[in-house]
Amino acid sequence: MTEITIQSAGPATSLQDAGRFGWQRFGVGPAGAMDRLSLALANVLVGNQPAQAAIEFALAGGRLQVSGGSARIALAGAGSVLKIDGRPVTLLTSVTVHDGQTIELASARSGIFFYLAVAGGFAVASTLGSVSLHHRTGIGGLEGRTLRAGDRLPLAMSETSGPEFALPEAPRAQQGPIRVVLGPQDDYFTAAGIATFTNSEYVISEQADRMGMRLSGPVIEHGAKGFNIVSDGIPTGGMQVPGNGLPLILLADRQTTGGYPKIATVISWDLPRLVQCRPGTRLRFAPVERAEAVRIARAADAEFRALIAKLRPAGLAGLDSSELLAVNLVDGVVDARG
Amino acid sequence: MSEAFPPPRFLACGDAAVTIEFGTAIDPEISARVLALDAELNAQKVPGLIETVPTYRSLMVQFDSLIFDYERFQQQVRSVAETLEAAPASGRRWKVPVVYGGTFGIDLDATAERHGLTPAQLIEKHTAPVYRVYMIGFMPGFTYLGGLDPSIATSRRTDPRPMTPAGCISIGGIQALIAGQAMPSGWHILGLTPVRTFMAGREPAFLTAPGDEVVFEPVDAARWDALDRAAAAGELVAELIAS
Repeated sequence: MTEITIQSAGPATSLQDAGRFGWQRFGVGPAGAMDRLSLALANVLVGNQPAQAAIEFALAGGRLQVSGGSARIALAGAGSVLKIDGRPVTLLTSVTVHDGQTIELASARSGIFFYLAVAGGFAVASTLGSVSLHHRTGIGGLEGRTLRAGDRLPLAMSETSGPEFALPEAPRAQQGPIRVVLGPQDDYFTAAGIATFTNSEYVISEQADRMGMRLSGPVIEHGAKGFNIVSDGIPTGGMQVPGNGLPLILLADRQTTGGYPKIATVISWDLPRLVQCRPGTRLRFAPVERAEAVRIARAADAEFRALIAKLRPAGLAGLDSSELLAVNLVDGVVDARG
Repeated sequence: MSEAFPPPRFLACGDAAVTIEFGTAIDPEISARVLALDAELNAQKVPGLIETVPTYRSLMVQFDSLIFDYERFQQQVRSVAETLEAAPASGRRWKVPVVYGGTFGIDLDATAERHGLTPAQLIEKHTAPVYRVYMIGFMPGFTYLGGLDPSIATSRRTDPRPMTPAGCISIGGIQALIAGQAMPSGWHILGLTPVRTFMAGREPAFLTAPGDEVVFEPVDAARWDALDRAAAAGELVAELIAS
């Protein structure tokens, strides 16, 4: 059986697919890749379904070895550099790694999360329908934990077949403020509080992880109803404002319910670039209507599908990795000031 | 009966979710309407619907915004809500063993004193009601119960504990809780249950669902080790006393 052995990896390296759905009613959050777009991109480059499980790296890269057969791999996400046996590999392409060869991933130059997908995926048992690790509860992943040196990940396919694939261009970098839909509890804030939120710059604090991001900036004023609600469901991208008036954006590993009012929800299409922003990044938030958020999501999906349709056998692009780094996937992503 | 209720509010949660709110209070009638809508929507197989999350007073619905017809869904919910009968209790009632006090319930004595009760009297008041599972949320298996005797409602601690063990039986305000796993908590811990409300790989992985009923049964500390071992090996330990 073909395996990938982890020789070294950063502390937040984990298996993630598109998430675990259907279990929030029992308190189990969705987990899943922080940047679903990059997960999808890595997967389609190796011929997988976009939602299939890949290895998620956060800031730090790693070193992995293929044994027992060959593997077709691809990298996407924050600016990392992929090397096979020390030789740099072009981005936006899949590449075949042979028995005994070593995969090296450099730390992210910009952004945070990047994904290593393998054709056919990993032969790792799923928990409640997903392989995604939810770190705080030990659900999913490999044995309920992050990946570490010595771990051996069996692959579902023992040999590669067919051509390697490449994309002629990266997805268009997104810029401008992070768009939000006000609510579900925007009526817990004064008009001045809403204005503070939509007119101010907020900075991502050091307290940012897969669960959520705390922001620092001007205090948002609650209204007469106070800052406690009877707990209700939290969507991905929900922005809680607790008593201190500073927003907290809840992400993939969030709790399923909470008792602080949520002033707004980040639109689904802006989540991938938001999660790639490092602590210290300055953000602005622009409210859009719910219907506009749906229109944006549909247009972006159509654009992504059009890009994927350009997938073709590799070796025709003729670009090297330095040229591709210049158009790197997260350029502009980290500058969301608008 | 349904005329007494105002139509539900639709609270936007971005482009891929909406919260349908039936009220703002912790109330058995409101909870029953939430669970009734939950059951109805899941029976109707709405195209693009991903999952529903029932909580005390509202139902969050998550969907694939690429294909979900939101306007149609709103009409559907409004029409369902008009004729919605409050869901009856599921009929499942669980007896959950609890070791009260001592190292198992570190806040029992202080909480009793606060209400002018002996620890035994507080245990009696805590075990008397038939509780209803209003919500499972926050983290896996966190079981939020309604039905606490209002005379022992206790506002939360001002200094939350950085960690409390899995299986904590606690009260916070008018709510009662079975904690599914170790977590920081500001609630008052009256006891500990060996019952795993969630255990991946066990069948069933989750003990209760919203709408179930729970009663607590005090057990002697001497029985803890045996019960805890059995629970760790995958036994439910809680007893289904009605279904």
